[in-house]
Amino acid sequence: MSEQLPFFEIRNLHAKVEDKPILKGVNLVINPGETHALMGPNGSGKSTLSNVIMGHPSYEVTGGEILFQGRNIIEMEPDERARAGIFLAFQYPVAIPGISVAKFLKSAADARFGQGAIKASEFIKEMRENLKFLEMNEAFLNRFLNDGFSGGEKKRMEILQMLTLKPSLAVMDETDSGLDIDALRIVSKGVNRMVGPNFGLLVITHYERILTHIKPDHMHVLIDGQIAMSGGPELVKEVEKNGYDWIRARFGKEVLV
Amino acid sequence: MNKTETTIKLETDSKLVQEYQYGFVTEVATDELPKGLNEDIVRAISKKKNEPDWMTDWRLKAFRRWKAMREPRWAKVTYPEIDYQGIRYYSAPKSAAAGAAEADPELIKTFERLGIPLQERDRLAGVAVDAVFDSVSVATTHREMLAEKGIIFCSMSEAIQHHPELVKKYLGTVVPAGDNYFAALNAAVFSDGSFCYIPKGVRCPVELSTYFRINARDTGQFERTLIVAEEGAYVSYIEGCTAPMRDTNQLHAAVVELVALDHAQIKYSTVQNWYAGDEKGQGGIYNFVTKRGHCRGAHSKISWTQVEVGAAITWKYPSVVLEGDHAVGEFYSVAFTNNRMQADTGTKMIHIGANTKSTIISKGISAGESANSYRGLVQILPSALNARNHTCCDSMLIGDKCSANTYPVIEAETSTAITEHEATTSKISEEQLFYVQSRGIDEESATSLIVNGFCKDVFKELPLEFSVEAIKLLELKLEHSVG
Repeated sequence: MSEQLPFFEIRNLHAKVEDKPILKGVNLVINPGETHALMGPNGSGKSTLSNVIMGHPSYEVTGGEILFQGRNIIEMEPDERARAGIFLAFQYPVAIPGISVAKFLKSAADARFGQGAIKASEFIKEMRENLKFLEMNEAFLNRFLNDGFSGGEKKRMEILQMLTLKPSLAVMDETDSGLDIDALRIVSKGVNRMVGPNFGLLVITHYERILTHIKPDHMHVLIDGQIAMSGGPELVKEVEKNGYDWIRARFGKEVLV
Repeated sequence: MNKTETTIKLETDSKLVQEYQYGFVTEVATDELPKGLNEDIVRAISKKKNEPDWMTDWRLKAFRRWKAMREPRWAKVTYPEIDYQGIRYYSAPKSAAAGAAEADPELIKTFERLGIPLQERDRLAGVAVDAVFDSVSVATTHREMLAEKGIIFCSMSEAIQHHPELVKKYLGTVVPAGDNYFAALNAAVFSDGSFCYIPKGVRCPVELSTYFRINARDTGQFERTLIVAEEGAYVSYIEGCTAPMRDTNQLHAAVVELVALDHAQIKYSTVQNWYAGDEKGQGGIYNFVTKRGHCRGAHSKISWTQVEVGAAITWKYPSVVLEGDHAVGEFYSVAFTNNRMQADTGTKMIHIGANTKSTIISKGISAGESANSYRGLVQILPSALNARNHTCCDSMLIGDKCSANTYPVIEAETSTAITEHEATTSKISEEQLFYVQSRGIDEESATSLIVNGFCKDVFKELPLEFSVEAIKLLELKLEHSVG
């Protein structure tokens, strides 16, 4: 892998769902060690972007590239992307009845690191530590994945999976929505444990709140399928205070010019 | 000699794909009767087995009943007319003899290839096996240990010879000779099967198991199994089946009868993996089976657990007649169909005694162009005060060319009965698949994980090692069903 190649770069990405164009030329670069926040009004394409990064089959990429560690991943299956080190924390994690959390985590870890790469005893030890860190009861391991979980439990389960799979790039799709203060603190604690020089993070959110726990280095505003504005952490405060209209207005002008 | 070896294909992605791995044929000299069916054939079968007159008469009566009956056509399956005169009703390896020590090495090898060691030195721990090859039982293991407890586990032919009083007392009392078309045919021509008798108060220390193998071409397999658990007895019984890959259909019309007296428990588990035909629906076994348990005594319990993953057509409704007060009947089923397979399966729970309880959990999975139906009857008679039934039928579709149907009937004739029925049909969800794949698990493994979860309630009812086998088998069957 060449040093010149970007760690993660989205180039002029266009995508549609059921013939409706949603992403209309997204550009974004994330370097290792960086945390990026992405905000934007409802319907701007935030969730589409996270689904497209992970390779959801319902979304069709109609143009552009997503480069990860020098490779265009557009043609890759979701599982290949995951094994390469991309992780998506879902906004709405689905239930898999009949499959225990422990079995699921082991299957996923085996897929990511290779069958038998982790000894069962080590795996269980690590699981226990992670559960403790996320202030979760060990009984979770025997519950069926996300089946009957509360909103907060589901989000913690996403973070538990992230800690297990140790991705190098993670996308958090509105992980903070619907969380109470304690759950938000715990989820953020889990994410911050991942943050480091070899980890890139994209936090998609509606609220400033989570960004007081997970500090972004960069902030982007997505409007109508394009990044309308990028800046430093100070932009978060501006959006929180003034909303999106001024950005939309300025962006509209720039487009017109 | 033309030996068909296990078909192993290497795909371009060099993944080892095993097709139906039990599809081989064993070359053995056979002792056969000519094809076709008439009273002489029935008599000849009886004579080959050296049966007493009462048995021959029972067969002949059944045959006469069968001749007057019509093949049932109410099931949601279609198949060309069966030429009953084109079937061979008796085919046995010449060397077949009772007792593993005397069994033909070819046959022992066959069962070893199927994962069923018959020789005493490497027989399966904790499982006693009766091995049935075409029309006859070739070996039964663990006999002496069982005999010490007073347990009889032998082939039906031997039971007729050595325990005629027990056979006479129970044979045909649960599934009468004229019960239905295929049961009548079976009564007339059945050639072997297993007989289990657990005396009063005895808990059978090992799993009893019969392994059925169809080998010969154009031959039907008509086995008959009878299990009797006396007062307070307990037995867990396992049945497995395979057949060679052949391009013609073969008929398997079995009958299983279970009798549970007061406080007795019978747990009957099946993994049915008959050859299912090829992708175009050519060949495969017609699995037309009558299985019924009779909870004759108070507080008795009969559980059927079946994992049906093979056969071109399955027509099978393991049922429980709950006569004793407080009797319990259970039916747990996973039926998987792929390609052009057709399954019409379910259960009947007939509540007669007071405070009887039944549970039905059915999981149907259809893939390819297959059709999978659940058909069930819960009948609560006026005498069954406070009877309860809980039914849950879930269907999962993989792909968009398959179908799932549910035909549940509940007839409650007492107002004190409580019945619950839940049913769902879902396509294997794209969101579930995406979620599992997003954690690095490939599509095929993700599908099999989701399907396993879907079947969990049934798999957990199987004896542990058998459950592991069933899960592996289902995974194998799911390969190539995706996409």
